[in-house]
Amino acid sequence: MLPEENKMFSVKKLLRKNPKLLVIFGLLLLLFTATSLLQPSFRDPGTLTNTMRWIGLYGIISIGVAFVIITGGIDLSIGSLIALSGVMLPMLLKGDIFFSDPVPVPLAFGLVLLISLAIGLFHGVLVTKLGLQPFLVTLCGLFIYRGLARAAGNDQTQGFGGDFGGLKDALVKDKLFDFVPMSFVVLIIIGIITAIVLNKTVFGRYLLAVGHNEEAARFSGIKTDRVKIAAYMICSLLGGFAGMLFVLDTNGATPSSFGNFYELYAIAGAVLGGCSLRGGEGAIFGVICGAALVQVAEKAVFFLGVEEKSKFTVIGIFILIGVIADELFRRLSDRRSGAGVGGDPPGEAAESSSP
Amino acid sequence: MAADPDSQPLLEARAITKRFGGVRALEGVSASFHAGEVVAVMGENGAGKSTLMKCLAGVHQPDAGEVAVDGNVVTIADVRAAEDLGIAFIHQELNLAENLDVGANVFLGREPRIFGPFFNRREIRVQTRNLLKSLELQIAPDTQVRNLSIGHRQMVEIAKALSQEARILIMDEPTSSLSLHETKILFRLVNRLREEGMCIVFISHRMAEVEELADRVIVLRDGHNSGDLGRKEVSRDSIVSLMVGRELVAHEKTAVEAGEVLLEVRDLRVARFPDTGVSFEVRSGEVVGMAGLVGAGRTEVARAVFGIDRALGGSTRVKGEKVDIKHPQDAIQAGLALVPEDRKAQGVILNMAIRDNVGMVGLNQWQRSGFVNDRQVDEQAEEARRSLRIRTPSTRQEVSTLSGGNQQKVVLAKWMPLRPEIFLLDEPTRGIDVGSKGEIYEVIDKMTADGAGVLAISSELEEILRISDRVLVMHEGRIAGEVSRDDPQCSEKGIMQLATGGK
Repeated sequence: MLPEENKMFSVKKLLRKNPKLLVIFGLLLLLFTATSLLQPSFRDPGTLTNTMRWIGLYGIISIGVAFVIITGGIDLSIGSLIALSGVMLPMLLKGDIFFSDPVPVPLAFGLVLLISLAIGLFHGVLVTKLGLQPFLVTLCGLFIYRGLARAAGNDQTQGFGGDFGGLKDALVKDKLFDFVPMSFVVLIIIGIITAIVLNKTVFGRYLLAVGHNEEAARFSGIKTDRVKIAAYMICSLLGGFAGMLFVLDTNGATPSSFGNFYELYAIAGAVLGGCSLRGGEGAIFGVICGAALVQVAEKAVFFLGVEEKSKFTVIGIFILIGVIADELFRRLSDRRSGAGVGGDPPGEAAESSSP
Repeated sequence: MAADPDSQPLLEARAITKRFGGVRALEGVSASFHAGEVVAVMGENGAGKSTLMKCLAGVHQPDAGEVAVDGNVVTIADVRAAEDLGIAFIHQELNLAENLDVGANVFLGREPRIFGPFFNRREIRVQTRNLLKSLELQIAPDTQVRNLSIGHRQMVEIAKALSQEARILIMDEPTSSLSLHETKILFRLVNRLREEGMCIVFISHRMAEVEELADRVIVLRDGHNSGDLGRKEVSRDSIVSLMVGRELVAHEKTAVEAGEVLLEVRDLRVARFPDTGVSFEVRSGEVVGMAGLVGAGRTEVARAVFGIDRALGGSTRVKGEKVDIKHPQDAIQAGLALVPEDRKAQGVILNMAIRDNVGMVGLNQWQRSGFVNDRQVDEQAEEARRSLRIRTPSTRQEVSTLSGGNQQKVVLAKWMPLRPEIFLLDEPTRGIDVGSKGEIYEVIDKMTADGAGVLAISSELEEILRISDRVLVMHEGRIAGEVSRDDPQCSEKGIMQLATGGK
């Protein structure tokens, strides 16, 4: 089984299977090169490391929301969930919530992840068993978890002070080979695991099937409710986990503002990376590229000296250009392939059915 | 008014060629249509029928060749241009706004105005009422389209065409989702419009209705003209051989002795008919046909047995053992398979590869600790391509690239590896061409030869009579009668009587 997995991560094969990735990858390179030419300090190792740190953090939530988007749903509560988990982690570690004594690190992580999973389960059950619309369910979640975060933290910034330096280094700040920040390493690990889940497991195949055509999936005996609930749980799990990394990165979380709008960054990354909001489409590598594009755009805006007040306008335009380029490319390739008949390269079938 | 073949044609296609990407859909196809005639266009799926119609209706632009109206060469840039020339096109999937009422749909985009931007509701209502009256339709102009039956919706489309003063009405498989009764009404209407000098062109797969209705049959094969038959020359054999380019061997049902009872349904009640219970059994080696009018509750029974919908009551036994089926997965575990009535919405996942569709049901059985057994999926897909003759260059193509008949083979293929003992087939050959039909009958034959039991729902009596060992006839939620193959009542007439509530 293993050799098969290795081959799966060949970028070349990925691009051939999903030419849309070319566009997003190209845009990423283009934006990076252009900004570096205009502002050479943009490609300094220090800046690069910094950018990668952010890509790591935001990439994780983009992957999470991608799972929900693939089922044709959406999760708007991620930013608030990040606030909740970002407030809870320091409080748990200091013994300010649930327990009067400081909670050991693994237990604190476990607890936050458990709560995140429960939130995802809650979303999934409301969407599948009650038939509520994902937009509304998670919009309510956006309010509720923000409120919970503020109540839990008593509206005070919750931080680590000078403590837990080792934890911060291990998960976010340390640099592999003096260059790659740990948060990026964490993203790659999560990316590999989720790519395997999506492409190689029965669950992943079911997830794509449900996203494309839920009714046909159910007629094939797939327990579609379970598949969708699992997608919401994965999304919230990764959101809660990222929340803890975010607070380790910033050293403190202000309940009223921590994680504001992050769900929109996450969704933008996933959609730029090739996830269709209609469901069924998506590849993890693309989502990581999409999240990277959003972050590079954000950093580029800063480096190009765009004033803070115009920042969002410029980022918005960058993302819009990405979406338009993607759509144009899709139409072009649709026209080329005509009615869709043409045939894969003959080697394809032989290659992927390895013994 | 009878059509004069030597008169100036109303509409003409002259050597039309249309390509999609590398695929030739039409190659130099010519056809002419006269006032006062009904022309049927026939051919296997993929023969180019729809493409030809779409070129005439402005949906597609021909790559070569020309279209002439009243002898003048015209360019039909879009649907609106076609309408202006008096050509109305009714799609197989009707194009109505379900949330609006009948009047609003008839005049959609051409609303009579009042005070500038406001549409004149009264005017719309009056005109629509007159139009519907002239068609002898009992529909109120302010009925919401979503509350109309498919048959009535089609009538609304025709009314819309008439309101545009169309002279040529093109219909793509108008009867494919109509009940027999609705079909009769449609035919009456078509005959009237012909009397009034309209030209009606329709695509059909049903031989009986072509024989009944058409003055002329144009047959296409592989994007070429294959034949043009006048009323007197029309016969099943002649059309079929023109369509497939060979004589079809009549399907001979292999005689199989009915064996043990595989499926036993007792007093099953469904939400739509809460007061009537349905009981029947299916034995090993037999095909039980289920006939009835559209809406008689046949599909509801199949769905309830398979666990798509919860039954209100009743019991199901498989090989004598009681089973509690709450979800299709339970039905699959019990050895059942369902080929659903709506192929594209329920049977296949159009945007996934053929191999992934074929693997959809078996995936769970073949998994290796949660991982997809891709080799197994590929083997099964190749096996299915060979044994069911699915016509595709590669099983990695999306199902959407296949013709209807081949898509239906994919639906069958996904069940085969599991070797189900009971097949529930709901309209197994709806909307597919003659050639594929025959192949699917062969597959059904093989199922029973291997000892499976089949329940086949069909609205085509010809099909029911051809494949069934015994026929259950449903009428308004109950089984109105059962006729076995050698029963004298086992005829189109006998079954129709039961289906319409007679004896």
